[in-house]
Formats: sequence, C-alpha cells, structure tokens
Amino acid sequence: MPCDTSPYVSKGLLCLVQLHSVRRLEGKQLEDGRKQLYCIFAFKITMELVFLPALARMAVSGGTHGNELSGVYVVQEMERQRKEKGESAWPISVTTVLSNPRAVKECRRYTDTDMNRCFNSATLSLPITDSSPYEIRRAQELNSLLGPKGSTAAIDLICDLHNTTSKMGLTLIHYTTSDWVTLHICKYLQTKITKVPVRVLVLDVPISDAYSLESVSKHGFSIEVGPQPNGVVRADIYIVMKEAVDLTIDWIHKFNSGMVFEGGDVEAFKFIKSVDYPRDPDTQSLTAAIHPQLQDRDFCLLKKGDPLFLSFSGETVKYEEEEPLHPYFINEAAYYEKKIAFHLGKKMLLTIPSVQVQKD
Amino acid sequence: MSSRTIISCLQEAKRVAIFGGTHGNEMSGITLVNMWIQNSVEIERDGLVSKPFISNPRAVEKCTRYIDTDLNRAFTPENLSAPDVEGLPYEIQRAKEINRMFGPKGSSDAYDVIFDLHNTTSNMGSTLILESSTDFFNLQMVHYIKKAMAPHTCSVLLNEHPQLKYSTTRSVAKHPIGLEVGPQPQGVLRSNVFESMRTILKHALDFLELFNSGVEFPPCTVDVFRIQERMDYPRDTNGNITAMVHPHLQDCDWEPLNRGDPMFLTFDGRTILYEGANTVYPTFINEAAYYEKQQAFVTTCREILAANAIRKASNVFS
Repeated sequence: MPCDTSPYVSKGLLCLVQLHSVRRLEGKQLEDGRKQLYCIFAFKITMELVFLPALARMAVSGGTHGNELSGVYVVQEMERQRKEKGESAWPISVTTVLSNPRAVKECRRYTDTDMNRCFNSATLSLPITDSSPYEIRRAQELNSLLGPKGSTAAIDLICDLHNTTSKMGLTLIHYTTSDWVTLHICKYLQTKITKVPVRVLVLDVPISDAYSLESVSKHGFSIEVGPQPNGVVRADIYIVMKEAVDLTIDWIHKFNSGMVFEGGDVEAFKFIKSVDYPRDPDTQSLTAAIHPQLQDRDFCLLKKGDPLFLSFSGETVKYEEEEPLHPYFINEAAYYEKKIAFHLGKKMLLTIPSVQVQKD
Repeated sequence: MSSRTIISCLQEAKRVAIFGGTHGNEMSGITLVNMWIQNSVEIERDGLVSKPFISNPRAVEKCTRYIDTDLNRAFTPENLSAPDVEGLPYEIQRAKEINRMFGPKGSSDAYDVIFDLHNTTSNMGSTLILESSTDFFNLQMVHYIKKAMAPHTCSVLLNEHPQLKYSTTRSVAKHPIGLEVGPQPQGVLRSNVFESMRTILKHALDFLELFNSGVEFPPCTVDVFRIQERMDYPRDTNGNITAMVHPHLQDCDWEPLNRGDPMFLTFDGRTILYEGANTVYPTFINEAAYYEKQQAFVTTCREILAANAIRKASNVFS
C-alpha cells in the first residue's frame, strides 16, 4: 500500500496525507445470480499533518476583572511557586501577571471602564492623556508588555483567567474559529478534565476587532469557570481553573517536544446574539428574573415555547424564535449593566488537522 | 389553657417598615422594595401601615455594598449622636437620617417593627436573624413564619454576642428582624431567592395583622443557632489569604463541624482541620462581604428559646 509523507515547513499549506486507516468492504450479490466477492480497499484520508512553530513563551493573567478571584489566587500561587522553585517551576517559560491591580485591590470588576473591552486595535491606539480611564492606560501597558498585538514579537499564548456567576463549568473562549493551536488545547482539556463539563465558545471576529486581553497574543484564550459569586474564591472552582492552566502548560511542553496531536472534530458554540431582561419602558428597571427552569442550565437547547423569564407579577415569558439555540452566560452579574440576560449560541463542529512542532 | 400561663400583653405593631438596599448589591430586597414602592397592595394589611424603604440609595445606584462605610454597622450611639458636619461619611449621615425617620433608636417613638432584607453568597437558605433572646414578640413572629413556610426550612440565627453583635440598620426599631436569603451572588437576582423572601414577608405581615386583631399566640419554643465565634482565613504577613474554605465545608451551613473535620484548603493543596473541642454549626460560610471583615465563617451552637404567650395590650401606654 502506498504510504507517503512529505515534510512541510509552514502552517497553512496542505500537507500530504499519512495513511491512517483502511477499510475493507465485502459483499454484493450480482443480479444475474453470480456471486462475486468484491474487496474494496478504501483509503480513508483523515487528517493532514500540519507543522507549526513551537510556543516559546506563555502568559497567565488573573484579575483582569478585579472581583473574579480564582485567577487572582492562581496567579498568586504561581508566583509563590516561582519564588520557591525558580524558573524550573514550569517546563516552559511562563509569565504571570495581575492584569488590573487597582480593581483587584478594591475587589471590583473595574475602576473606570471594563478593561476586557479595551484591547481592540482602535482603543489600543488611543492617545493617552491625564483624563484617560485607568483601564485604557493599563490595557496599552499590557499590550506593550505582552504584545504588541498582531506583531511577530507578541507572546505566543495568553491564558486569561475569569469567573462567572453563570453555571458554565469550564468554558474556553476564543475570538476565531481557525486557530488550530488554541483549538487543540481546547480538545486536550476536554479529554483530560472530567470534574466539570468543558465547552468551547468562539466569537469569529477579525483580530483587530477582538477586544479582550488574550487577543494580544498569537494564540490566546480565556479560561472562564463558574458558577462563583464576585468577591468569593471557592475551592472547587479554583481547583478546576488551576488544573486547566497546568494542562495548558502540559500541552505546550508536549507539543514543543515533538508529540503529534491527532486532529478531529471539536464541538464549539458560536455567539449569535444576546437577549436582555424585560424592563419597564420608563424606568428601565427589571420586571422579571431569569425563569427557574432556565436558571443554571447554561448550554441547554432552547426550543420555541421554553420558559425564559418569570415576571414579578407571575407571568412566564417564553422563547419565541423558530431556531433552537443554546443559552450561556445566563444571569451573569456583570452583564446587567450591559443589558444582557444571556447570550445565544449555535453549536458547530470545527475540524482541525493533526499538528506537530516544526523542526528547525 | 392553664390558668397559670403567663401572657405578655404587648403594644400593637402599627408602624412597620421594610428596608431593602441596606447593602446596595443585595438584589432581592432592592427589587421587592422598589416593586412595593410602585404598588403596595401586596404589603397592605388591616391595622398597620407598612412602609417600603430603600436604606442606602447611593449604594443601590452603584450596585455596591456601601459608598464609604457599611451602613449595617453604622447605627452605634456615637454615630447617631455625631454632629452634622461636612465630611461625615455618607452612611453615617444616612444612619442619622434613618434614625430620625424611623427612630429615635431606644425611644417610644421608634417604629414597632423593621424587616431588613439581605442576601448572602453563603448557602444559608432562608434565615431570620434575631438580636435578642428575650424579645417574645419576635420569637412568636419567627415561630409563626417557620410554621407557615414548612416544609421549606427557615433557620434562625441569634446574634447576642457581646463583641460580635453589631449596630444594624433595623436596630432603630423596637422589634428588629433580619431576613437573609442565599445563596445569591452580589448583583444578581435569582428568581427562587426572590420568591422565598417575598413569601417570608407575606407570612410576617400576616402574623402582624393577626396579632393586631387581638389573636393570642400560645407559648412556644424556637430552635435557634446562637453565634459563638468568628473564624478568619489563614493569612500571610501581608494580610492576604493563604487558604480557601475547604470543599467539604463549602455550602454546609448549619451542618455540624466536628474536631478533625476539614476546614480550609491552602492554595497549594494542604488541608487545615478544625481543632475546636466542641461540635459547632458554622454559618455565613464564604460570604463575599466578610473577607474584608476577617471572617470565613461564624460558629454557632444550637439552643431552644422559649417565648411567653402574647396578646395585644388592650390599653396603650405612651
């Protein structure tokens, strides 16, 4: 059987196939009564093997929102480990950073403006004056430290740590559908972490429009773990987040050492739109809460007629759309001011190739 | 009924207030009070006036616990008698205002009952908080509410501790009652928590109406949890916490904690055990607002309080 592999050096080119499997089909009785056995050998072309550069440097950021405490304490713990073990604390180069120290000190999401909306290209290039919001100034500082975004000097991977009051388990959030490194890490975490459901959320926006911190790096993603109230650190949530960070470092180390990671399909949810709470038209105050049958059911399938909200006067507001979609960030504390009760996403399957580090 | 039963004849409860937003990010009370300010039908009862009131409007507007200082610690004699000067922290100004409107604290002009509505991030379920073990009126009300809420559990927390007791917003009234429902994150409105609090208040107002109409409530007992001790997180020399509430203790409010049980888990994975001699019943486990107050949880012990029969007094003495 022919078996041919050709080495390739850069991402994006179709590599040739490596024979993965052979399937034998037997059978078929011919109509004129003669029996013939056909053995058909089918070459199943599964995955290309893509060679990608090693990931030399990674950053772990906590406290991008100052009241999302798991990340603050994961970073604190990693810095303690670095003090204790030096640079051999991890098998790869890891920078730890407390993204928004002022907000962390006050245990608030932000002081002037939400920093995790400040990393789009337009905001990163705003001139800084004395009256600039603290978070815009800090975002530009972080862009210098870990970026610049979009350049070859940018750090390879930022893992930005977040919590949510929504029951989202472990959710990995990325702004594009075509970054195979990030999607491979997601796939790896999905297979290794069993304590909580692990899901992938993709935004599909161009990098210049991506506004969150992890878009500064080449392959960044957010690690979002919930449910956890603002200002609280729960041990079970911390443990999941720490495990996700440790496994990410583990994947990078294995990848850099030459391991082949087999491709396949990754299930992901793509953002479609958000839904606000029912509000009083004059005062804009809420007239309903998330319905008890929707509360804590992030990523379920919402079908037409399913309950969404329970009004204070006892009426149920239902989902009226024809297309079933998946709600998430259900009842996130920080989204009341953004007029979001939950997001709706569509489930999709992203196919990723096998990857291996390119040899110099 | 025994002819030797002591019946406490008490003044009728005509002036009742319902406070929401003492902490500006505890959403059930804020939402209920705002709703009742718009339409008070649900809280109207014969024989009493019930006033819904937002205690800390500036904090509510910013969806934060407080602006300068915790309003629910501000009702000390020193603060209430502080002169009106510029630069007084907002909550102290507000405490003085509330004391004028609903007090003065300790006087016969004070409101009869204040319900103060709170949420907690702790898994406390529905909790009623008392400040006195000898206020028979409150004990009878709590007994009534618990029976009405059954089979839904209503725990009763008693804070009569000389050092840990604090000067609450509701302490302005003759009969202060705290309603604490959780778990609910700050800034979040959960439908089930909202409806529980609404139902507790409904029963409380029903009790007041019955009492004011002359109904006699027989002697009763109430199972309470009496606050014993505050337990802080382990901290380093900079004051940063070095451990979290242990997963085995997290969410286990009101359950026994015995010597040798896991209490904290350090960030690098070590378990710290509870070393106390006696079994305690922790509560307020992992409340967000208490990290800055050096409290991971409080310990309580179980106690049974007794209340005399009560009845509205036929003559009112001013």
